[in-house]
Amino acid sequence: MAAVTPLLVVDDLHRSFGGLKAVDGVDLTVMPGEVRAIIGPNGAGKSTLVGLICGRVEPSSGSILFDGRDITSMPAHRRVRQGIAYTFQITSIFPNLTVFDNVALPVQRSQHHAVGAARLRAGVMEALERVGLSDRADQPAGELAYGHQRLLEVAMGLSLKPRLLILDEPTQGLSDGEIEGFIGLVREIARDATVMLIEHNMAVVMSLAHRITVLSSGKVLAEGTPEEIRADAHVQAAYLGTPDDD
Amino acid sequence: MSGHLTARDDARVWGLHFGLIALLFAAQYVLPDYHNGVIARVMVLALFAMGYNVLFGYTGLLSLGHSMFFAAGLYGAGLPIYHFGVHPLPAFAIGIGCGTALALLVGALALRTTGVAFMIVTLMFAQVAYLMSLWLGEWTRGDEGLTLSRAERIIEIGPMFLDMTNRDTRYIIAWALFALGLGITLLIARSRFGRVLVAIRENEERARMLGFDTFANKLASVAISGAISATAGAAYVLLFGYMGSTFASIQYSILPLLWVLLGGAATTLGPFFGTLLMFYLAEMSNDALNAWFPDARLNQIGIVGVALILLVLFFPKGLFGSIRERWLKWLP
Repeated sequence: MAAVTPLLVVDDLHRSFGGLKAVDGVDLTVMPGEVRAIIGPNGAGKSTLVGLICGRVEPSSGSILFDGRDITSMPAHRRVRQGIAYTFQITSIFPNLTVFDNVALPVQRSQHHAVGAARLRAGVMEALERVGLSDRADQPAGELAYGHQRLLEVAMGLSLKPRLLILDEPTQGLSDGEIEGFIGLVREIARDATVMLIEHNMAVVMSLAHRITVLSSGKVLAEGTPEEIRADAHVQAAYLGTPDDD
Repeated sequence: MSGHLTARDDARVWGLHFGLIALLFAAQYVLPDYHNGVIARVMVLALFAMGYNVLFGYTGLLSLGHSMFFAAGLYGAGLPIYHFGVHPLPAFAIGIGCGTALALLVGALALRTTGVAFMIVTLMFAQVAYLMSLWLGEWTRGDEGLTLSRAERIIEIGPMFLDMTNRDTRYIIAWALFALGLGITLLIARSRFGRVLVAIRENEERARMLGFDTFANKLASVAISGAISATAGAAYVLLFGYMGSTFASIQYSILPLLWVLLGGAATTLGPFFGTLLMFYLAEMSNDALNAWFPDARLNQIGIVGVALILLVLFFPKGLFGSIRERWLKWLP
């Protein structure tokens, strides 16, 4: 791994809202192919951190390198074209459009303009099949069950053919059975993309992550493999030791 | 905007649109004089409504200032003819150019805002345009307006001779422009660009996070909308020979909104039928009211207001919006 260039390098990143230091000097390096989980108690700055990485939030200071390129001041839509896809913590789809159209948007973004309707259709159906929604293509997305909407959101992210896929609490509100299927899906995604996962469900984190970064009060509290994190006393105190029911 | 159309739906869509265009072409041979004139006017105003629909219906941006784009086309084409004897054909192009340039300028500034602020900013720009048309009274003669003579409304190029004071010529030009406008909106509605516009309307933040430059797409939408509206304005002054400040007033910003709401926002056919219905509705009720209350001096603005309220209450999706929702899901 040492010879490979990191996909993402976050260097001394700060962001405050008024007096609150939501992200306070975070350093982070993610290697290509990695599944990185970001955990931490509520208010630790996880969502702000990924917001900074995908461009929804502007940093107060610090820098972000993606594939060796400085993207710190790049607008969000251009970061997407560089290969950073973000799926929202609160499901964000186009409820009045069909499932097909929801996925057609990112597919047409990632394909070249000259590509015909047949290729577009093929691209959409491929993405829908991957998440198991291909038989619902003509349904308005807003009529899908919640779990299916989460899957649609993932299909939209996948269709961008991202190099870094950021999943912000993807299993929130899913049933145990759905979570099971979801873990399999992320494993499959991780075969050709790097995944960054914000997650509260420790079972999901432990079974998916190669490395875990623990945030607390906007700072990196610990970083390591799932085994190291499990053994870390600080993490025990700050996070794992307390009953977590959010 | 249905997901992916089957070949059968595809044939239906084209059949329906070509059918309407063919029907309107045939109508000129059967319509009595008066209604021939009305339909010609409705087709030009429907072009304006279709332009409005691109921005309001598909992109979800409610402008209260579209009269300025219509008026830019009207004056942009009419004034050069009236004052400098410019040939109607280049004048027509100048009118469209003025409207498009104005739309790009206003769009670049107004799109920094969203929602209600966007409405207010477009309204204020349009008020400036309206006041300009009065302030430059020496050129425009303000409310009184200017009339183009017959000689100024004749296009003669080689063997082609178009006299726009002639009833049939007027109808056929209005029809051709209408057909072109309908074709353009249909193409936009079914294109990838159209899908992005709808995505911006439905969930702008999500569209942005799918990698779309939402500002650039919205600006393109304003420009296309303004260009089509200006085309209608430029056609209006050539075909009907009159330009006046009324066309720059708030009334002509509200009317296209009303036509589109009545016919169905984000439907390709809605703007035409909305304009048509509103025209006859206003006229008939105007006649009736004036017959019943001869001294009340009622005018159609009141009717327009009542129609708008009833529409929002009972028919929020408009004529074609409701047809699409209930029966014909494949309608673009």
